[in-house]
Order: sequence, then C-alpha cells, then structure tokens
Amino acid sequence: MRMKYVLSEVLVGLWRNVTMTIAMIITMAVSLTMLGASGLMYRQVNDMKDLYYKNIQVSIFLSQEVTDQQRTDLETQLKSDPLVKEVLYVNKDEAYKRFQEMYQDAPDLVNAVKPDQLPESFRIKLVNPEQYKNIYDQYKDTAGVDEIVDQSRLLDKIFDILTAIQNIALAAAVVMAIAALLLVANTIQVAAYSKRREVAVMKLVGASNWFIQAPFVLEAVVAGLIGALLGLVALILAKYLLFDGSLQALEGLLSPVSWGDILFVFPFMAVIGGLVSAVTAWVTLRFYLRV
Amino acid sequence: MIQLEQVTKTYPKASRPSLDNVSVSIEKGEFVFFIGPSGSGKSTIIKLLLHEITPNKGRVIVNSKDVTSMRSWKRPHFRRSIGCVFQDFRLLPNRTAYENVAFALEVIGKTKAVARRVVPEVLELVGLGGKEHRYPHELSGGEQQRVAVARAFVNRPLILLADEPTGNLDPDTSIEIMRLLDRINRTGTTVVMVTHDSNIVNQMRRRVIEIESGRIVRDQARGVYG
Repeated sequence: MRMKYVLSEVLVGLWRNVTMTIAMIITMAVSLTMLGASGLMYRQVNDMKDLYYKNIQVSIFLSQEVTDQQRTDLETQLKSDPLVKEVLYVNKDEAYKRFQEMYQDAPDLVNAVKPDQLPESFRIKLVNPEQYKNIYDQYKDTAGVDEIVDQSRLLDKIFDILTAIQNIALAAAVVMAIAALLLVANTIQVAAYSKRREVAVMKLVGASNWFIQAPFVLEAVVAGLIGALLGLVALILAKYLLFDGSLQALEGLLSPVSWGDILFVFPFMAVIGGLVSAVTAWVTLRFYLRV
Repeated sequence: MIQLEQVTKTYPKASRPSLDNVSVSIEKGEFVFFIGPSGSGKSTIIKLLLHEITPNKGRVIVNSKDVTSMRSWKRPHFRRSIGCVFQDFRLLPNRTAYENVAFALEVIGKTKAVARRVVPEVLELVGLGGKEHRYPHELSGGEQQRVAVARAFVNRPLILLADEPTGNLDPDTSIEIMRLLDRINRTGTTVVMVTHDSNIVNQMRRRVIEIESGRIVRDQARGVYG
C-alpha cells in the first residue's frame, strides 16, 4: 500500500506540472546525449589510436653522401635499440618505386624525379610510438642521417581535432546538465509547494523523512531515466543517420561505432541521469522542506 | 510526563527571550491550560514539546525522553506519541473527513485494513458518525475541528497538544470542543492547551499556568482566567 501511494504520487506529481516536466526531460536528454556522444568518441579515439599507431613508422632519411660504413653502423645500432621494434631498409630504387606508386596520378612529377634524387631510408616501428622524441634526439646527429620524420606527428593533429570535438561535446553536456539540474530543483520546489499541506500534516503526525521525500526524489529520478532513454534514442538515430548515412564515405578513416558501443554507454547515461536527479531533488528538499 | 527544566528560548534576532528560565512539571493524565497575552511565549511551549525548536538553555522532557538532545532523524517517531490540534484545523481540503483521518494513519505505515477498523470508531467518538464522507468545506467550523481532533487522537497518543483550538469557533461550538477534549482527557491522555479564551478556562476549572513576557506568573490547580 505504501509503495502504491508513493508511485501514484510520483505520477500525479509529474503530470501536475507537465510543461516543466517536459522541459526537464528534454534538457536532461540533450545533456545525456552529449555525455554519451563524448563517451563514444572517447572509445572511438582510443580504438583509432590503437589501430593507427600500430602501423605508424618513423622514417630516418640518409644523406646523399652516406658511406657504406655509416649505413651498416646505423643499422646495427637501430637493431639493438630497445625502443625499436622493427627496422626496414629502403634503398633508392625502392624509394623510387614507392614514389611512383604514390604519385601515379601526376606523371609529370614522376618524370621529373630520378631514382638517384630520392634518399635511402630506414623505416622503423617503435615499441611505444610516443617515444618518438627519444629516437629523434638519439639519432639526429648520427653521421649520415639527413632527416627524421615521424608520421605520428601528422596523426597527432587529427587526434587533437577529435579530442577537441570530444571536449566540446563534454562541455555542452556539462552546460546542459547545469540547466537540467536547475530545472529539476525548480520542479521539485513547485511540487513541494503544491503539496505543502500534505507535507505539513505528514511531518505533524510523524511520517518518516524518507516517506515524505520519496515521491519527490522518485519524480526526479523517473524524469532522469526518461531523459536517458531519449538520449539513447538520439544516439541510435545519430548512428543510423550520420555514421551509416552521410559520413559513410569516411568509413576507412573512422572506425565504425557499433550497436554494442551504444548499449555500453547507455547504462552510464541512465545511472548518471538518475543519480544526479535524485541528489539534486534531495538537496532541494533539505533546503525547501527542512525535513 | 512533561517537564521543562529552566528552559530559556530566545529566537534569533529577538531582543528578549520568548521563554525565560521556565520550569514546569505536568503529570500523566493532567489537563493544563497555558494562558497569557499574545506574544507571551505560550506557543513557544507547544513548539518545544513538538521538537520543532530546541531551547537555548535548560531541558525539555516529553514521555521521559529528553527532547533537547534528540537527533532530528528521531523526531518523526517521537511525534507519533503526540497528537496536535490547531486553531486553523489544518485539514486537507481535497480529502473527506474519513480520508483526512486515515491519511494520518497511512503515512506512518498503518495498513488500509487498520484504517477501516479504527477511523470510523474515532469519528464516532468525536461525534461525526454519518459525516465520514463529507469534505472539509461541507462541514461547519466545529465539525472541522472535530475531524482535526479525531486525526490527532486516532493514533492513541499519550499527549494531546492544542494550540488555541477554539480560536476560530463561536462560544457554543467552543464548549462542545472542550467537552470532547475533556472526554479524551478522561481516557488517560494528557492534554495541554494554549488559549486566551477566558470563558472556557473559567468553566473547566483545571490547572492554569499563566505566562507573561516569557515568565510563569501563576500556576494554579483549579484556576480561572484571572
């Protein structure tokens, strides 16, 4: 009976102030969608980092005047270096072949370059791609080395952009969350005001504090959970329309967002939505009802 | 049953204390009037007994529990042993007489079955038999106060506090409410009533404690309004 009372109070409460309830749920949904999106991007960026950095190379280009002795010394040094996982030597002919492949659409450029002009190089893979700086410092002054180029520098820029987008989503989530919290606090105040007579009688006859507070707190939790559900729907639509739709051209670049990923972030959205609403409602009641 | 030991209560920002070193002892089953002009500190006593406020100095003991040191989370359970009636009835306008009384039971965890058994009984006791399903606005002032008394008494409290219960009622209706409180007192319930209705005090001839400017100026066993 008590449970039934509390639940019916929750429904009545949500309905009594239905415009405010809708506003609360919408802001909550937008905030949680942003939160879920930034969570998805976090996983996404990590997946992509794994994928790209695994194949990343540091190229050590040798100068034109490199001697055989210098080349052999460098190769032995690289092969015994604990930071280096793999070493591949690319001579001038091979470099020219790669060059031809890469610029096959620009035959003028290819014709203008002779195999002789392209530098020979060592292509190395690092145990940990982030340790590029150590390799650079170690080999930049070695005899016969002309230039050291790290492909991961380029990738870093891409990831910087992705991280920036992720941070923007997170910031938007926080701002919307603040708006949602204020709406929850306001809704709870209105609900408490419209039930002030009941609350006064309950306090007078000795109803326990949890019993007085439960309908209000649950009201906020229900709104938070509905917001999380709407957020889930928004993420599903985003995957359906964006990733499987207009962004499909970028499929090779972006690792795909799976349904599993979305289902993985949903519990976090639901728990955060419910918990944050509950705490806000509870704190509001402490100030407003003094129970 | 109720003891105030050298209680002083000063509200924040007040220039003088509402109660100034007040000591009172009330036995089980007594019927006590607190009288005095407005602002003399009568209502402060009710608030202290309900643990709505705590004194600055001294101790308040109700039902052999020291209210002064009681933690606020124990307050709800403590209040179940005290019934309370006010000048403005404090009924829920959207509930019938029956529902108002049943509400008080249900929110402290009693089942509907208990309410169905107990509520008609207590409504009969206060003289509202047959009017269970009227809403407050369909009842006279006196009848509304009877509902309030029923709600205060339905839980069989050890103490009934009444804060100017006849303040909104005409003299005849007031007498009827007093008869009702008297009947409740005869069941062994301690009744503490704050009033400045001299008629009633003079008719009842019960213990009268007069307060003026926060001090007890008279405590008389079978007193009159003075």
